[in-house]
Amino acid sequence: MAAITLEAVGKSYAGGVKVVHSIDLAIEDGEFVVLVGPSGCGKSTLLRMVAGLETVTEGQISIGGRMVNEVEPAERDIAMVFQNYALYPHMTVRQNLAYGLKNRKMAKDEITRRVDEAAQILEIGAFLDRKPRALSGGQRQRVAMGRAIVREPAAFLFDEPLSNLDAKLRVQMRGEIKQLQARLGTTSIYVTHDQLEAMTLAHRLVVLNGGRIEQVGTPLEVYRKPASTFVAAFIGSPAMNLLEARAEGGVAHVGGGRVPLEAAVSGTVTLGLRPEDVRPVDAGTDGAFVLKLAYVEELGAQKLVHGTVEGHKFACALPSDALLGDELHLVPEPGAAHGFDAQSGKRLG
Amino acid sequence: MKRIFFRNKFLPYLLIAPQMVVTIIFFLWPAGEAVLQSFQREDAFGLHTTWVGLANYRALFQDPAYIYSLQVTVVFTIGVTALALISALLLALAVDRTTKAGSTYTTLLVWPYAVAPAVVGVLWWFLFNPTIGLMPYLLSLVGYHWDHALKGDDAMILVIISAAWPQVSYNFLFFVAGLKSIPASMREAAAIDGAGPVKRFFTITLPLLSPTTFFLVVVNFVYAMFATFPVIDATTQGGPADATNILVYKVYQDGFVGLNLGSSAAQSVVLLAIVIVLTVIQFRFIERRIEY
Ligand SMILES: Nc1ncnc2c1ncn2[C@@H]1O[C@H](COP(=O)(O)OP(=O)(O)OP(=O)(O)O)[C@@H](O)[C@H]1O
Ligand SMILES: [Mg+2]
Repeated sequence: MAAITLEAVGKSYAGGVKVVHSIDLAIEDGEFVVLVGPSGCGKSTLLRMVAGLETVTEGQISIGGRMVNEVEPAERDIAMVFQNYALYPHMTVRQNLAYGLKNRKMAKDEITRRVDEAAQILEIGAFLDRKPRALSGGQRQRVAMGRAIVREPAAFLFDEPLSNLDAKLRVQMRGEIKQLQARLGTTSIYVTHDQLEAMTLAHRLVVLNGGRIEQVGTPLEVYRKPASTFVAAFIGSPAMNLLEARAEGGVAHVGGGRVPLEAAVSGTVTLGLRPEDVRPVDAGTDGAFVLKLAYVEELGAQKLVHGTVEGHKFACALPSDALLGDELHLVPEPGAAHGFDAQSGKRLG
Repeated sequence: MKRIFFRNKFLPYLLIAPQMVVTIIFFLWPAGEAVLQSFQREDAFGLHTTWVGLANYRALFQDPAYIYSLQVTVVFTIGVTALALISALLLALAVDRTTKAGSTYTTLLVWPYAVAPAVVGVLWWFLFNPTIGLMPYLLSLVGYHWDHALKGDDAMILVIISAAWPQVSYNFLFFVAGLKSIPASMREAAAIDGAGPVKRFFTITLPLLSPTTFFLVVVNFVYAMFATFPVIDATTQGGPADATNILVYKVYQDGFVGLNLGSSAAQSVVLLAIVIVLTVIQFRFIERRIEY
């Protein structure tokens, strides 16, 4: 168990390509932190620097209070679960789990005890003597997790461990990883580009964009108060609507309606409204704005109505029995509107 | 794969006919002749042939010179295979570690394979020539007197090196490809699992390379036993005192130089049997792959 601290960590590849810029992050002992961001934003690079698989070109990484920049991966007391699982194909499941313990010269009966315990936790006891080739994707995934937990390391590092599974299994394994981490209480860093996975797993989310931290916070903080238009568009599904609007004294004017903002700003702003944060009202209601319908997606419990507001794309989620015409008159839920600076995209207020 | 069907029944046979003709004229026929001759004895003038049954074979395996040649062949084959495989693997590991000059280096290492075997022999013969060669001079500096014309061990070392050299290129290519096919994450996982570079090599890399290695062992065996005639001919001619007289070379010497056709034919048949066994092993293996 250990805290992990990143201080001004940066990474440049040979040839001067800088892919990670000055990351500061303090991860507490036992915390489950998820790094999330679009493809190529440097998530894996950052994780691999913590693992010691990639050199740190700037700043410092400490694990359990010890500076590890120059420490070999094996000496960092971490375990990693890879996207392709990286199971050793020529070893049985049991040998796969025991390999890291044997290399550390652990006593035989202690190895057996730990392997059996991990097998029981992950329910892989039935195929301990099989080779990875003879396992399904989900079973391989469990073995990869098993290889991490037998080591009883100070931290788990996960690099998109569920992305090779089908959707249903992904949801199931997500739940199991969450329970496992809660049970073991091991500090974990988890990389994903799936915002739903990030929201459901994280104690704290770190949203990365272009090698920089865009926002750090609990899933709800990030969802409720996105720090920028980037985070607003990235976190939450269906994605938040973002529109250009003119604001006067903290009220944005859009589509013939008025949307009160948190900050008393004037001038051009980017207005953010989540699809579920608007309510249809009768035509002529004071402050309502108009949505011109384009098409509707039935989701079962809800329907997602797509259209335009003053020519900008806009979607809203309505109950599945809502009546629709050519136009909808919408008002935002109180306090649900987000205002962002039109130039920098930073949150206002 | 897409299958093509021919309407005309004879076209397929026509298409493979040239290949079959070549195989029959240059392989099956001489092989058949050899098998026949191995059961016959010819008089000194080539006028009479008599059937002698298994006498040629019996004589062969009672002949100390033939047994000695078998032993020499075993040493030579294992020596060539081991040297060619180990050097190729070391070079491939080195290439796998470098990222920059990798392709140039690979190209240069492949060149020796293009050199004709006889030229290879002459090349090494020059390098190791006791009077004008570089190697004997260097060895004399550390107090070793090199003379492959007189010392059997020196001669064996010379032919092993000469025969292994071009084969290194071939093996190298296969090993490079084999190493490339091992995912980087496998080595990274092992590194995190506390295995140092040496341990990683022996517990992860080498087992994962075993299909490649097995294939190459068979290929190199076949090469060393049968395709090294020009190398021996250009360097030691089987000498000194038969110290490098491997089976293929002995067949030639006994048959064409010694004109003992019956014995030579029996020797060819033994060689043929060895090739068949090795080929069967190889095909079996290619079909099933090594299981890991
Ligand atoms: N060896 C390298 N040399 C130069 N640039 C590299 C190298 N490895 C990765 N990069 C670049 O670094 C950036 C970040 O890569 P990284 O693998 O961390 O992305 P990621 O956030 O994990 O993306 P994904 O979600 O697709 O896995 C990418 O733009 C990539 O092109
Ligand atoms: Mg990645």
